[in-house]
Order: sequence, then structure tokens, then C-alpha cells
Amino acid sequence: MVGATAGSDAEPYGAGAYLICLRGIVWREALRFIHQRERFVAALVRPLVWLFIFAAGFRSVLGVSIIPPYETYVLYEVYITPGLIAMIQLFNGMQSSLSMVYDREMGNMRTLLISPFPRWFLLTSKLLAGVAVSLLQVYVFLAIAWWWGIEPPLYGYLAILPALVVSGLMLGALGMLLSSLIKQLENFAGIMNFVIFPMFFASSALYPLWRIKEASNVLYDICVLNPFTYAVELIRFALYGQLHEVSLGVLAGCTLIFLAGAIYAYNPSKGFIARRGGPGGAGA
Amino acid sequence: MSGTQNATPSLEVLSVSHAFAKRKALDGVSVTLAPKTFCVLLGLNGAGKTTLFSLVTRLYDNASGTIEVLGHDVRKEASQALRRLGVVFQQRTLDLDLTVAQNLKYHAALHGLPPAKAKTRVRAVLERVALSDRADDKVRRLSGGQARRVEIARALLHEPRLLLLDEPTVGLDIEARQAILDHVRRLCDEDGLSVLWATHLIDEVGPESEVVILHHGRVVDAGPVSEVVTRAQAQDIRQAFATLTRADGPLEDA
Repeated sequence: MVGATAGSDAEPYGAGAYLICLRGIVWREALRFIHQRERFVAALVRPLVWLFIFAAGFRSVLGVSIIPPYETYVLYEVYITPGLIAMIQLFNGMQSSLSMVYDREMGNMRTLLISPFPRWFLLTSKLLAGVAVSLLQVYVFLAIAWWWGIEPPLYGYLAILPALVVSGLMLGALGMLLSSLIKQLENFAGIMNFVIFPMFFASSALYPLWRIKEASNVLYDICVLNPFTYAVELIRFALYGQLHEVSLGVLAGCTLIFLAGAIYAYNPSKGFIARRGGPGGAGA
Repeated sequence: MSGTQNATPSLEVLSVSHAFAKRKALDGVSVTLAPKTFCVLLGLNGAGKTTLFSLVTRLYDNASGTIEVLGHDVRKEASQALRRLGVVFQQRTLDLDLTVAQNLKYHAALHGLPPAKAKTRVRAVLERVALSDRADDKVRRLSGGQARRVEIARALLHEPRLLLLDEPTVGLDIEARQAILDHVRRLCDEDGLSVLWATHLIDEVGPESEVVILHHGRVVDAGPVSEVVTRAQAQDIRQAFATLTRADGPLEDA
């Protein structure tokens, strides 16, 4: 065996080794996703139901006036498409981060954490892997939506890529932070009720903010405080080749805070995992 | 524990205590594992075995005391310590839908092995556990014993010097259990690995093993089996274990 010997220090990892590790984590996530067809189908059916049924039904009820980035009146389904894209990422972020800890995947979290690479790097890589999977879902959704008449300019498809990375990171980091913070939300139904639905409905995903303000000032304030609103708006503007700077700023800030929180939570000496006995319970 | 006095111990746990909220899981635990030693960490369920493993693998940090792997403190030099450590967890941690080789490649990436090297190592470790012909099968298609062997192969991929196994035979039939046990013992003899094998099954303690008996978070005795048996004034390790674990706790059936 030529492994590292006692006492002597093995060479610190170079940039190449970091890249190999990141690539391996993303590769595995993609492989798993491809093998889990039901998950793929579920991830697509959800936004498509909204697009085909909900949007069609509400098309005549909800009129959307001309607001940026739109230059003409748009159909309701065109309006909610960015919100549905963000919803795909919201589900994906919560699912991958939470299942990591609570489901069958828990063992995989442990496998990940015995890697000698720094923990912040492992967690960030894991998030990026989740984002990569969400990109796949979003582009397939957009392809189907195009066939349904949602036809943003072609450059929009390219322009949303960086926006999707930022929003995906933010939502994934939030999921990771939640997974370590909240013990009660152990099953996905709890997450649906207490995180996904409130975030999705109290945002600009389904109706423009000015309409919400007409209805209720309190609700409007909640929407403005909801980071998901900014994910939706960043994607909405990017889809038409525009940069919504406020949203980018808010998302970047939230990503940093959530990610720092998640890394802190997974820190072996400070984190909540330590106090609670870690994934796998207090252990025997 | 006896062994080579001068060499750096493969594992050195010094007065480690750890508590979850009010419950004390480990209380002043010290364990020293000399190089090339096969050591059984014996304890009933809830004795603190998994907690000790979690501390050594740095899932969380020990509240007090120190833990060193091949002379590297797991808190101060986590990366150096983890690079020398191979772990087989109690729960199954392979991706069932991925092939054996894909699972191993993922682990190789987690240790930063370049693709060419990873390929060679995957071939080598699969040969070592006699599963070369199953490399392209999905893990789902393997038997419990085979899956365990893949996990052992995975733990060996980055050429660790210390192998930790947490109840590795749980859920296996008698034949598969024996095969895994023999296999890991051979690794210890032939490759010069140190092995810490946690179990609650006394029949997994061989006559020449080192043994550490953990009970209610404390080490109640440690050393070569023969010495432990003598000290407990017992006839065999089963009896010694029964005596030692009854001494300071509620009566439990081993």
C-alpha cells in the first residue's frame, strides 16, 4: 500500500483535486436524477398543471397590465411562467437538501462528510449539484411551455442561466439551513405546508405586486420581504434579457446568509447537528 | 493496550466525553489501537459505539478529550486524519440505482483521486473483495453480503491505514457474517491495516482479538481477549462480558 503514512503530512489538495471532487458530486447527483424517473416526471408535471390548467382558467379573470419587463399586454400564462420556473427550483432545493438529511439519503450525507475536503466546499458542491439538476428540469419545462405558446426571445433562454444559478443556490441553501434547524419538519408534507406554499403564494409568482397591494397592504409587505419574490423577478427579467438589479442583490445577500448558516449548522463543533446528536439520531 | 510501544498508534482516543443535552453518551473513554491490530469494540446497543464513531469521523466534535488518527488530531488536522481513515457505516450508504463501479468512482472523487488512478484503484479493491465481475451491476441486484463487501471496498479505495466498521454484519445471515469477518481479518493481516470493529455480537470476538468493552459510555475493560477473560475471572469472553456489563448497570441480556 502506498497510502499516507503515520505522522507525515500528505500533500494538501490542489485546485485539480477540488475540481475532481466537485465534478464527482455533480456527476452522482445527475446520475441519480436520471435513474429516478418518477422524480423527473413529478418535477415536470407540477408546473405544467399550473400552466395548462390553472393559468388557462384564470386567464380571463386576472388581467395583467403592461409592467416591465413586458412591453405589451401578456397572457396570464406568460406572466406566471417565471414563477413556475422558480417553483421548480423551490421544490428541487427543498427536496434535495431535506432528503439529504431525513430520507434514505441520510447515509449519503455521512459518506459526503467523511471526505477530507473542507466541509464548506462539500456543502457548496452539493448545492451546485442540486442546481445543476434543477437547470435540467427548468429547460425541459421551458421547451414544453414553448410548444404551449410561451415564446420568450431566444436570447432569454441563455440570459436566465446565470439567474437560475443564483436563485437555485439561494433556495438550496435555504433548504439546507432548514434541514439543520427545524426538527419538526421531518417529512415533505410539513415542508409543503409551512415553507413551499407560503413562499410560493406570498410572492409575485402568481400575481403582480401592485395587485396584491390593492388587496392588502400587509400581504404586500410580506411579499416584499419574501426572498422568493426576488427569485421570480430576477428570472422574469432575465427571460427578456434584462437584469433586475435589486433582485440580484437581494438573492446574492440571502444566498450568502443562508449558506453561511448552513455551513455553521454543519460545523462539527458549533452546529445544531452536534447538539442534537446529528443525522442518525443520538446514536447508540 | 499492548502492542508496539514506539510506533504511532493507529487510533488514540484520550479521555473523551460527550453528551447530548442531558444524556451522557461517552464518559472519559480512552482507546489506543496499535498499528496492524484487529480490535473489537464490544458493547450493547446504546453503549456509545456509534457516538464514538461519529466523533472519530468528525460528524460532530468531542466535548472534551482528544482523538488522533495516525497522530493527526481529528479536530486540528481533520483533513489529514480523514485521509487515513476508511469507514463502513452501520446504515447502508450505497446508491442502489447506481452500479458498483459508479458508487466507487463517486467515493474516489470525494477523495480527489484523478480519474486514471481512480480506475486502477476501483479495479484493485473490487478484486480484493472478490467482486470484479459485478462492477457494472446495479447495487440493487447484489445480496446483502455482497453490498457490504462493496462498502468495505469503498472504504479501502483511498488506501486508509485505519478502518472503522460500525456493526458491519447487521442484517446478514450467518454465512455472510462469517465471510465478512474473515475478510476483514485478512485485510488486517495481509495489508497491515488497523481495524476497529464495533459490534454487540460476542461471537464476532476471535480468541486472538483485542477487545474494548464499552458499557453505558465507559470503557469497562480493554486488552487482548485472554487478559480480559482472566481479569474478569471468567471462563470465556461471553461470561466476562456478562460480568463486566452487569457490574454497574441494570441487568441486560447480552
